[in-house]
Amino acid sequence: MLEKIFFSAIRAILSNKTRSFLTMLGVIIGVGSVVLLTSIGTGLQLYITDQFASLGTNTLYVIPGNPFGESGGFGGSESMIESTKPVLKKEYLRNILRNNRDLITDGVIMGMQVSQAKNGETTKKVTMLGTTSNFETVYSMPAEKGDWFNDTDNKKGSRVVVLGSKIAEELFGQVDPINKNIKIGGQSYTVKGVLKSKGSSFGGPSFDNYVYLPLTTLEDNLDVQYIDNFTLNVIDQEHVKPAIKAVEQTMLKELEKDEFTVVDQTKMLETINSILGMLTIGLGGIAAISLVVGGIGIMNIMLVSVTERTREIGLRKAIGATPNVILAQFLIEAALISIIGGIIGMTLAYLGSLAIQPYFPARVTMQAVILAFGVSTAVGLIFGVAPARRAAKLSPIEALRYE
Amino acid sequence: MLLTLDKVCKQYILGDSLINALDMVSLEVHQGEFLAVMGPSGSGKSTFLQVASMLSNPSSGTIYLHDKDVTKYNEVEQAKLRNQEIGFVFQQFNLLPRTSALDNVSLPLVYANVPDQERKKRSLEMLEKVGLAQRVANTPAQLSGGQQQRVAIARALINNPSVIFADEPTGNLDSQSGEEIKKILVDLHHEGKTIIMVTHEPDDAAIAKRLVLMRDGKVKADSQINGIRDIERILKKHK
Repeated sequence: MLEKIFFSAIRAILSNKTRSFLTMLGVIIGVGSVVLLTSIGTGLQLYITDQFASLGTNTLYVIPGNPFGESGGFGGSESMIESTKPVLKKEYLRNILRNNRDLITDGVIMGMQVSQAKNGETTKKVTMLGTTSNFETVYSMPAEKGDWFNDTDNKKGSRVVVLGSKIAEELFGQVDPINKNIKIGGQSYTVKGVLKSKGSSFGGPSFDNYVYLPLTTLEDNLDVQYIDNFTLNVIDQEHVKPAIKAVEQTMLKELEKDEFTVVDQTKMLETINSILGMLTIGLGGIAAISLVVGGIGIMNIMLVSVTERTREIGLRKAIGATPNVILAQFLIEAALISIIGGIIGMTLAYLGSLAIQPYFPARVTMQAVILAFGVSTAVGLIFGVAPARRAAKLSPIEALRYE
Repeated sequence: MLLTLDKVCKQYILGDSLINALDMVSLEVHQGEFLAVMGPSGSGKSTFLQVASMLSNPSSGTIYLHDKDVTKYNEVEQAKLRNQEIGFVFQQFNLLPRTSALDNVSLPLVYANVPDQERKKRSLEMLEKVGLAQRVANTPAQLSGGQQQRVAIARALINNPSVIFADEPTGNLDSQSGEEIKKILVDLHHEGKTIIMVTHEPDDAAIAKRLVLMRDGKVKADSQINGIRDIERILKKHK
């Protein structure tokens, strides 16, 4: 009998195509936007994970403050202030490298400063990254033209810079910048090398946009005391966890527990992912509101339909339909409208995600599809109950007498 | 005994007043009888049909079908009983719109859980019996009133019910179609079917073999009849 009820539900939906479609539209828009928006969130997450993986997974960072702590930087303003205090000192890195030779292969100091770089008439706002010559190996970023500055440059505080590929092109165009001079903060610096392009981290600043110079030079000439982080290379991925412990031990000799944090890629990735996860849920939640509106639309139309078909319901009951059969008939009809709407919505969302693919890394996951399907079924059933119960409760006589 | 009503009452509240639509009605119907129930409007003849056919429960009294007390049945059991034992023919036909004659006829079989193949076979046979073998795929909108009522009769007969209740079966038809329907009812009576027909037309009632005359919810007369003259005589007597 169920399959017969199923077919009569399809017939009822088809018998009033315009109305059925308009009713479905709420679910189509609801499911479509939920799937599309979560696909954007998920795509973003996957993209960032990818980017992190390409940066290398055996890298550690020592940063000031404790942004990942309980009163974390994403929560409290206190730790934000903490993380901008100049607590890291050059000699700490030396200690770390000396004490942990078995775990840490290399390490580099990074300090940053934003400034203006000038080549003739071309002026650019640039991020100056003060570091040491082993940045090349730690970040595996060799020079494409010219050379990295060396230890002597660092010791002497020579006014030399290495340019990221993009900033080099912006400042010099087609001209070869090697051994040319640029002006930063009114002082002249010699371009020693141009780096190979590394590509950008999504949304973040790009290594190709930085101007690299010896840390000593940055401190001496641009009045920077602040060290951004130590970047450390661990011998291999398996030893990342023990390396974190060991580096923490070394650092604790100099600083308090809350004054610094040792993080690896996973931890940063986790944090970013949890933020993006929240974002995805938030977007999905907002879109889900339209799904509820769609459900109310279904309920409304089903109530109209029950009223319109009062005589039919009376007749069915008179010739032997039990209340449960009538209930099932209207529930199936409501669920079908919702499910068909859900499928159309999902298809549109999938096509939409393909359409924005060139501009944005959207990704429709199986999970999102199953969830959307489940939710649209549930919407149909939940909002179908009230009209179906009303139909099931009709007395056959009242219904047959209904004009 | 096929159908027995024992001191059946049915009361409605209409506005402020209590209406005794059926007032201590007792009646026995034998297998194969053809009853016509007559009476002026408000006499309770429609209520009688609804209560006797288990479409609605009596306020008091008992109804026996095949000597079983069906007033004790719950909603689901009554639905099954109507499905198996009772056929309905309504004045308004009450066919499902946009649904073929075949599907309309087979609807009671759907609720009786009869398999697809058998359902189709029996429905075709029944449509053939009422002379609509050529119109099985037509929807009600594509059929004349008389044809629609014949589809309704086929639907009423499909489960081979014990009693057929007909409520003004010719009331919505032109006289020629009405005659066709009456002929089918007479044929069914000759086949041995039990028919209870509510009507206000003496001409229609004349095809029945027993007349029950109602007034103010009470049975005023109940006698065997043979033709229109008997009916006119009874109506005159109880004017």
